[in-house]
Amino acid sequence: MSELATRATVTSASAKAPAKPVRWLRLAAWLALLALLLVLPLYLGSEWLKAGQWMMTGAVGSIGLTMLVGQAGQLSLAHAFFLLMGGTTYTVLASGTEDGRVIGFELNPLFSMVAAIVVTALLGLAFAPVSGRLRGIYLGVASLSLVFIGLYFGQSADRLTGGTSTGRTPAPFELFGITFDNSGGLVVLGVPFRQAEKMWYLYLALTVIAFVLARGAVNSRVGRSWRAVRDHEASAAAMGVSVARAKAGAFAVSSAYAGLAGVMTVLWFDILKPDENEFGTYGINVSIAYLAMVIIGGLGSIGGALVGALIVFGLPQVLSLYSTQLGIFTGSGEGAFTPILVSTFVYGAAIILVVLFEPGGLAAIGRRITGGLHRERKKEGTSR
Amino acid sequence: METFLQLVVNGLGKGAVYALLALGFVIIFKATEVINFAHGSLVLFGGYLVVVTRESLGWVGASLVGIAGAGLLAVVIERLLLSRSKLADPHSLALLTIGVDVIVVEELVRRLGVGIPFLGEAWDAKPIQVGGITLFRTHLVAMLVAAVLITAFYLAFKFSNWGVAMRAQAENREAAALMGIRSRGVTMTAWLVAGLLAGVAVLFLATQDFSGAGLSRGTHAIALAAFPAAILGGLDSTVGAVVGGLVVGLVEALSAQYISFDFSKSAVFLVMLLVLVIRPSGLFGTREITRV
Repeated sequence: MSELATRATVTSASAKAPAKPVRWLRLAAWLALLALLLVLPLYLGSEWLKAGQWMMTGAVGSIGLTMLVGQAGQLSLAHAFFLLMGGTTYTVLASGTEDGRVIGFELNPLFSMVAAIVVTALLGLAFAPVSGRLRGIYLGVASLSLVFIGLYFGQSADRLTGGTSTGRTPAPFELFGITFDNSGGLVVLGVPFRQAEKMWYLYLALTVIAFVLARGAVNSRVGRSWRAVRDHEASAAAMGVSVARAKAGAFAVSSAYAGLAGVMTVLWFDILKPDENEFGTYGINVSIAYLAMVIIGGLGSIGGALVGALIVFGLPQVLSLYSTQLGIFTGSGEGAFTPILVSTFVYGAAIILVVLFEPGGLAAIGRRITGGLHRERKKEGTSR
Repeated sequence: METFLQLVVNGLGKGAVYALLALGFVIIFKATEVINFAHGSLVLFGGYLVVVTRESLGWVGASLVGIAGAGLLAVVIERLLLSRSKLADPHSLALLTIGVDVIVVEELVRRLGVGIPFLGEAWDAKPIQVGGITLFRTHLVAMLVAAVLITAFYLAFKFSNWGVAMRAQAENREAAALMGIRSRGVTMTAWLVAGLLAGVAVLFLATQDFSGAGLSRGTHAIALAAFPAAILGGLDSTVGAVVGGLVVGLVEALSAQYISFDFSKSAVFLVMLLVLVIRPSGLFGTREITRV
């Protein structure tokens, strides 16, 4: 994997300092995308907004994982565990005690969200004795054990999680006196702002913050130390990078992102429901889905992680929305091709194709396109 | 004391099956340095073939088809996908096998639908009583078969030409190739053997005595428990695979009884974590040496 990741950044290094016009073009493209995302709720129905929120949840989680796997070179299959921990922390802190069956503190939701991020970051740090000592596949399988611990936690700590049979409801998010549910008669430009619209802006804000912070981390001294450790631990240490600190730090940051994605997950489902077996909302399949986003996007590329989330989390949503309109995937029960099944095939195949033909992932394809643009501009420049 | 003995016997019986699976990981890893995340889908594929063919072929014929099929699928994966990307490093090929696994498992589970058939009809049911201890037939047959297969593999690995070629390749790929060893053949047989072992293992996995459940997505999950077995033994050690398998079987049986059934799955992984923290390359694995 390290070679894969190195190749990905070697290409990025060559494309790192594009000519000025390209850089402005890129910034303009990001801003145009943001503007588009800001006006979408005025035009889209709530089911599409809901699908978009799910993709943004995936985006936040995969940004965290791509930093860990691609930048710091640590393979992790533990993402689902940190999702569960983040979601649980938020729910326990923000929700009430309900019928006395569960523990709740009814704290401020924003505070609870931040606390969830802090708690998952600390849990990530607590894994340092393991993550610091192991490398590559050994670490991948070791981190898988956290998913099984999470499964047991969900089953046994039902005072916190609400148990596998019923789960519990998280308190709705609240900020500046606005509650992110269907209450209140807010109308903007003739569009009533209900839960779907409000949540869209909340998720968009969280995704943008997560994205900007990650870009900052990757381009800074921290990111450089991660890449140095990834490429060669001994030489990184010789150059004065604290290997243990860089490794633990990357794991903590990635866990914190997963924790936030966990909060977004329980708010999206509007329920915290731990799994009965290892294939649920916080199971191995979810860890693999997140890893798929990262691989498909191109290991280590933040923008690639966004596209990966779009494919892996977006496809089942879009397919099921279209299926009701077009009348495909109507079969159910035994032997049926469900939207989820079809999109699982697609991302499984995408992983295979990416590893075989484009180890830099979709990010490398993107770079090739902008790189091509760059080269053409240069040619124009010389001919003129 | 009797309960304890009973648990040890059960644990060893299950451990024999885990050892077969773990040995598959180790063989592939030794030959190619690739971790095969698609091992669970080989297991499921073998089982699926048994289910489909046993009406017409009978149990013995169907089992042979299942075992051969799992081996064939392993070879197909290696020839079709892994051998095409010689430039990619083993870690990215491991990621590739995740993609393969996702597709194969989803399709097989879709085909199986709601039916979760049992496979071990040749020996299932009617346990044998010895003193106060109950011996499950599945466990007995599994231990016997595992002992025979693992010994055969060990002897072949030590004394046959294939074994020498395999060990040479595991030691140093390039040097082995320069000495005239065909890496293509070695790699292919390694995958074939691993696939065959997975095909044998599934006959024991999807039984009343082993898991109490038939062939389903759960079978794939049980095969995952062979991961910790291979890792805690040391990924490049055949002895380690056997020891790891038995340790996993014992830990599972003992923790299910003395702590809780829900905990037994995590217990296996916790023991693996503990071993890894103390010995990062497993009990019998070779240590990686870094030089600057």
